[in-house]
Parts: sequence; structure tokens; C-alpha cells
Amino acid sequence: MDWLTALGFGERGWGPALLQGAMMTLFVSGAGLAIGAALGSLVAWAKLSGVRIAGAIGEGYAALFRGLPELLVVYFVYFGSSALLTATAHLLGVEGFVGVPAFAAGALAVGVISGSYQAEVFRGAFLAVAKGEIEAARAVGMGRLLMFRRIIAPQVLRYAIPGLGNLWQVALKDSSLISVTGLTELMRASQLASNSTHKPFTYYVAGGALYLLLTAFSDRVFDFAERRATRGMRREAT
Amino acid sequence: MMSLDFIAATFMRLMAALQVTLSVWALSVFIGAFIGGGVAWMRVSGVKPVEWLARAYVFVFRGTPLLVQLFIVYYGLSSFPVIRGSVFWLFLRDAFNCAALSCALCTAAYQSEIFRGALAGVPHGQVEAARACGMSGFLLFRRVIFPIALRQALPAYSTEVISMVKATALVSLVTLWDVMSVALKIRNDTLVTYTPLLIAGAIYFVVNYLIARAFIFIEQWLSPHLRSRSA
Repeated sequence: MDWLTALGFGERGWGPALLQGAMMTLFVSGAGLAIGAALGSLVAWAKLSGVRIAGAIGEGYAALFRGLPELLVVYFVYFGSSALLTATAHLLGVEGFVGVPAFAAGALAVGVISGSYQAEVFRGAFLAVAKGEIEAARAVGMGRLLMFRRIIAPQVLRYAIPGLGNLWQVALKDSSLISVTGLTELMRASQLASNSTHKPFTYYVAGGALYLLLTAFSDRVFDFAERRATRGMRREAT
Repeated sequence: MMSLDFIAATFMRLMAALQVTLSVWALSVFIGAFIGGGVAWMRVSGVKPVEWLARAYVFVFRGTPLLVQLFIVYYGLSSFPVIRGSVFWLFLRDAFNCAALSCALCTAAYQSEIFRGALAGVPHGQVEAARACGMSGFLLFRRVIFPIALRQALPAYSTEVISMVKATALVSLVTLWDVMSVALKIRNDTLVTYTPLLIAGAIYFVVNYLIARAFIFIEQWLSPHLRSRSA
């Protein structure tokens, strides 16, 4: 029962470290998904706005980040945001190197990647909202904001759930790349454990099992959310 | 400091490393297609235990990050003296083999789902018609099911193939000198912060763009019946 002590909560066990890593993975992926949602809806809006330049910029951003390796984006955001912050700090009279916290850089990296995909999810979801509903909202005299809040946003969210569920899984897995910046999420925790115990197999398999747990569990959550959000909709006969 | 010479030299070194990136990519996609085909076939076999095994395979490989899989193969397996002493060691001691193997196993799970979806999308009537003409077994598959499924699989397949190009950047973390790791090395050696990464990004982007164009071309070539007659 060697591995039980190895993964346990005792003095020599790395169980707590791995669980903490899993929590960090959840947080950083969640923050990434949120950043991605902001970017994605902005791009979707730019593309739907009919303003040529806005649409082109949005499309350019999405195409760029879908075409670059995730690991490269992680490095670039990590190095780039630190340099930007250092430069800003210099302007404000602060000397020396100012590093962006690994969490912020990681969440931003996962976010810009996720956002480039979420743009299409939100655009598709908006186009799925029945035109008649928008016309009806206008007909009863709703303003743009009220219409967005009452008619568009709830339905876009509903249609976006399956796509967002997929991208959440992608964000969870992409977040493992943040380990290269030194943020102690699940991947990095497994790495630390295996380096200091020389039991790489045990700890990477354990880390993988925890990822599996996270993805499987969140799959259930999104399934539930989808069923709940569409409970009032007519189902097509299958 | 930022001379054209430096940019040119960096570009040449990265292009030389592109060979490693593309080898891992091509090998893993190719091998992954066979494993994925097998898994898809198991999945639709109708035999419960076999089906269950295929489901488990897809669940595990799609539910965990490729980085974890890669490290299990490269660091994990090599930590067992039993494996180091066996014939497998001849294969696993090379980082390139480990990288190609884990990428292949991972993409196989995604590819199997694409194949399964494509098989499910073959209209029932077509299969019935073929059966009514007396086709069955391999002939039915070769003449009717495969061509239709192939067309349906192409868009998703191109996405998967491109995502594998991006995924190969991870092999830089197991000591392979692919585009990503050479870019990082140049960055470390010269302390030029962005240029190597920017050039590497441009190379990846162009490769992905070319692959995407190639797939669009193949798609059009394979679906002449969908082209408008006037065009």
C-alpha cells in the first residue's frame, strides 16, 4: 500500500497538495472562462454589429488565437504582461522588474484562448434567438437595454450552454499549461510531488485522475444546466 | 539590436526545427487515425463489453490534459525498472517516440468520436438502397458508407488536425527541439524577449492556415454535387 501513503493526507503524503492544486485549477480555469466570456461576447457583438472595422478586428483576434499553439499563448501572455506592467511601473516611477502574478497571467492566457472560441458560441446563440421575439419586444416599446436584459441575454445564455460546456472542458485542460509559469495548479502540484518523491507514475496518474474527476463532474453540471434552461422549450421528436 | 540579420537567423533556425514539429504531428495524426478508427469500430460493434471499453478509452483520453498523458508516458513509464529492462525501453527511451505515442493516443480518442459521428450521419436510406442492390459487408462500406462518412467527417477532422499542430508545442517540455523549444532557447540565449516567440507564432499560424486551406480544397473536391451549377 505504498501509493496510499504517497497520496494520503499523512506527513509523507501529497494528497492535500494535489487537492489544493485541483482547487487552483478550478479557480484559474473559472477566471479564464469568465475573461473569455467577456472577450467572446465583445467579439460576437462586434461581428453582429454590422460595423465593418469592428467585425474585422474581432474576426482577426479570433482567427489569430485559434491558430496559435496554446502553450505559445501562455508564454507570450506571461512574458508580455510582465513587460507591460514593468513598463507602466517605470512610467509611474517604480524601478526594477514588476512581475504579473502567475494566477492573473494564467487566467488571462486561458481567457484569450477561450474567448476566441466563445465568440462563435455567442454569435451562434444570438442568431438562434427567434427574430419574432426581438420584433415583439420592439413593438411593445422596449428600449435596447431592457430588451437585451429581458429578451436577448436569457435566451443567448440558454443556447450557449452546450458550447460553453465544451469550452469549459477545454479551459480545464488548457489550464494545465499554466504550470510552466510556476502557478501551483494541479499539473504543477503533480510535478512537484513526483520530483521530490521520484514517483512520477503515481503522481501523474493521480493528477490525471483528478482532472478526469473535474471534467466528468462538470460535464454533469452543464448537462443539468442545459436540461433546466430548456425545460420550457418544445422538444423535437427524436 | 533588433537587426534584420537576427530575425533572418532566428527564422532559419525555427524553420529547421519545424521538421520535428511536423514529424510528431504527421506521425501522431496518422497513427491516431488507425487507433481512432479501431475505437470507433469498437464503439459501434454492438458487443457490450467492447463498446464499454471504447467508451472508457475516449472518456479517459478526452477527459485529461495531453500534458498529463505525455508526462505519464515519458516520465512515468520510464520510472519502472521493469520497463527499463524490457524491449519496450528501446522504444520508450527516445523522447520523440514518447511524444508521438502520447499525441497519437490522445488524438485517437477525438478522431474516434469524429468517425463515430460521421458513421451515424450516413443516411439510412443509402445503406438500405445498397443492400437492396445486393451489396453487403466490405463492398457496402467501401462504396457507400465510407465515401459519405468521409465527406461528413472532413470539417471536424480538419479542426482536430489543426489542434494537433498546436498540441505538438507540448513536446518542447519533454526535451524535444521543436519550433516552440527552439524559440524559447533563442529567447533565453539572446535575451530578446518577443521576436523569437513572434516568429514561432507566425510559423505555426501559417502552417495551420495552409492545412485549413488544404482541407477546404479537399472538401470542395469531394463534394462536386454541392457546388452551384452556375459557378
